[in-house]
Amino acid sequence: MSSDNKNSEVLTPLPDEAAPVARWEGGLALLGGLWVFSVRFFKTLARPPYEFKEIIRQLNMIGYRSLSLVSVVGIVIGAVLTMQSRPTMIKFGAEAFIPEMVAISVMRELSPVLISVILAGRVGAGIGAELGSMRASEQIDAMDVAALDPFKYLVFTRIVACMIALPLLTIIADLLALGGSWVVEKIEAGMTVSLFIQTVVNGVEFSDYLPGIAKTIFFGFTIGLVGCYEGYHSKGGTEGVGRSATDAAVTSSLLIILLDVLFVKVTLMLWPY
Amino acid sequence: MIHPFQHHNHDQGPKPNALVRIEHLAITFDKPVLRDVSLDIHKGETVAVLGKSGTGKSVLLKLIVGLLTPDSGKIFFKDKEVTALGEFGLMDIRSDIGFLFQGAALFDSMTVGQNLDLFLVKHTDLPPKEREQKIAAALEMVQLQEAIDKMPSELSGGMKKRAGLARSIVIEPELMLYDEPTTGLDPVTASSIAELIVTLQQQLGIASLVVTHDLPTAFTVSDRAMVLNEGYAIFEGELKDLEKSEDAFLHEYLAASRLDRERHDRILRARERALAATQNPKAATKGTARGSETDVKVLT
Ligand SMILES: Nc1ncnc2c1ncn2[C@@H]1O[C@H](COP(=O)(O)OP(=O)(O)O)[C@@H](O)[C@H]1O
Ligand SMILES: [Mg+2]
Repeated sequence: MSSDNKNSEVLTPLPDEAAPVARWEGGLALLGGLWVFSVRFFKTLARPPYEFKEIIRQLNMIGYRSLSLVSVVGIVIGAVLTMQSRPTMIKFGAEAFIPEMVAISVMRELSPVLISVILAGRVGAGIGAELGSMRASEQIDAMDVAALDPFKYLVFTRIVACMIALPLLTIIADLLALGGSWVVEKIEAGMTVSLFIQTVVNGVEFSDYLPGIAKTIFFGFTIGLVGCYEGYHSKGGTEGVGRSATDAAVTSSLLIILLDVLFVKVTLMLWPY
Repeated sequence: MIHPFQHHNHDQGPKPNALVRIEHLAITFDKPVLRDVSLDIHKGETVAVLGKSGTGKSVLLKLIVGLLTPDSGKIFFKDKEVTALGEFGLMDIRSDIGFLFQGAALFDSMTVGQNLDLFLVKHTDLPPKEREQKIAAALEMVQLQEAIDKMPSELSGGMKKRAGLARSIVIEPELMLYDEPTTGLDPVTASSIAELIVTLQQQLGIASLVVTHDLPTAFTVSDRAMVLNEGYAIFEGELKDLEKSEDAFLHEYLAASRLDRERHDRILRARERALAATQNPKAATKGTARGSETDVKVLT
């Protein structure tokens, strides 16, 4: 006779990895589930009060604790892009435009997308694992029993925190990337800070940085939504927790990259060159 | 507290004296889990639900509080149809039901005291002073006063169970649902939890449904039992009649449980001998105290 309930749950074979048809069905079910979760998010948004304390706590977990990772990535993007583009720019006699070129590439595309994809890994997987283990340990059920709406308390707060943290982190990455770029320019060509800033300010328009920052609000929404969805619907006990974390990271990165195509198209339509 | 139960017919409509009435419950996930389960629980009564792992015992408990919705069948709690209630109706009945989850399900991010307080805040309108008193009383009942400011991660398995128990009784429910209250605990802690359940039932007059696959627990806490197998209630009646049943599965189940109990006792005796053999008597008592709160997975 099997003895421990938990063990037997882990050993239960999971209906997965079946025919490709089943995979497609799984994908559609996921999109359907995400849609339902989004609708619920906006319904919760329309019904204050919110759990502000929990939102602040999540901002700390999601935002503040990602700061060092984001800073390193920001500096490196700026520096590397400058080093890579210098030879080509010099060949075309456009050395003076390097700061502007770097600023535009970083702010429009590189920093929003790279930061979001990296955070899809760190934050998305973290949320998936956290909610997954709360599901496995029945804490989510206990919240329901306590009349503490788990969607409002867990899901809504995390999505909101992601939507606030992502643009802020992107702004920080943007600025640090410019710093990284200037350091390379300083070393290679002895460019002064004031000249660097002047070149950037003259060359960059609001349509270069605003859409880039704005889209990270949507990427943040995606990370929070997918992470919470995967964790909330985690199945199969402890083993399911790992799967929720991985699925959250993979699905949200993929969605971010696909959404980005859409955003680029929209941005170019609204602000044509 | 024992109710004559032999010949009743579940199709008579809700009886006024049944606290919980379960009628022809069925639910299917990947495969059928419950096929046709009916049960009445009366005020102040304790009923045990027995059965192997994976037979849907936890599912049954979750159906009763509306965490899951059945495919067919009905559940009444105090003559309210749980299966037809909306969000607010469910909130209302949940303030009368205590649920001890298998792993206690304490909220990780809060202290034990905050865990209890949260349930009081959500289910009552009591001012902070009175909530404090209720929390202290509930923790005293499970002898866990000193853990009020501890985080769940600092507690042992047995302490978590007791804290979970305190959290579910602090709202003074009329019905307690226990999911495997003694599973995963060593025999000493397990029987102390079982005794606690009896005490609560006698002191507070709470009706209880105790899910377990451990017969000794069932015998300690209840007189009436239901045995689930393959989605059906294959036995329902007084525990002492369990032995008389002709059912082959029940015989096997009882035999296995008895073996289990013998193994418990053998290991327990061996441990006592080992402790007695320890030269330093101080170390020996220390060992017992700690041992009683350690999870001994192999025993259950
Ligand atoms: N929310 C759920 N979704 C899908 N399957 C579930 C769910 N809850 C339980 N099950 C399945 O129902 C069966 C019975 O589970 P459970 O009630 O936990 O058994 P036990 O009698 O050991 O408590 C198991 O096969 C389990 O996998
Ligand atoms: Mg169970």
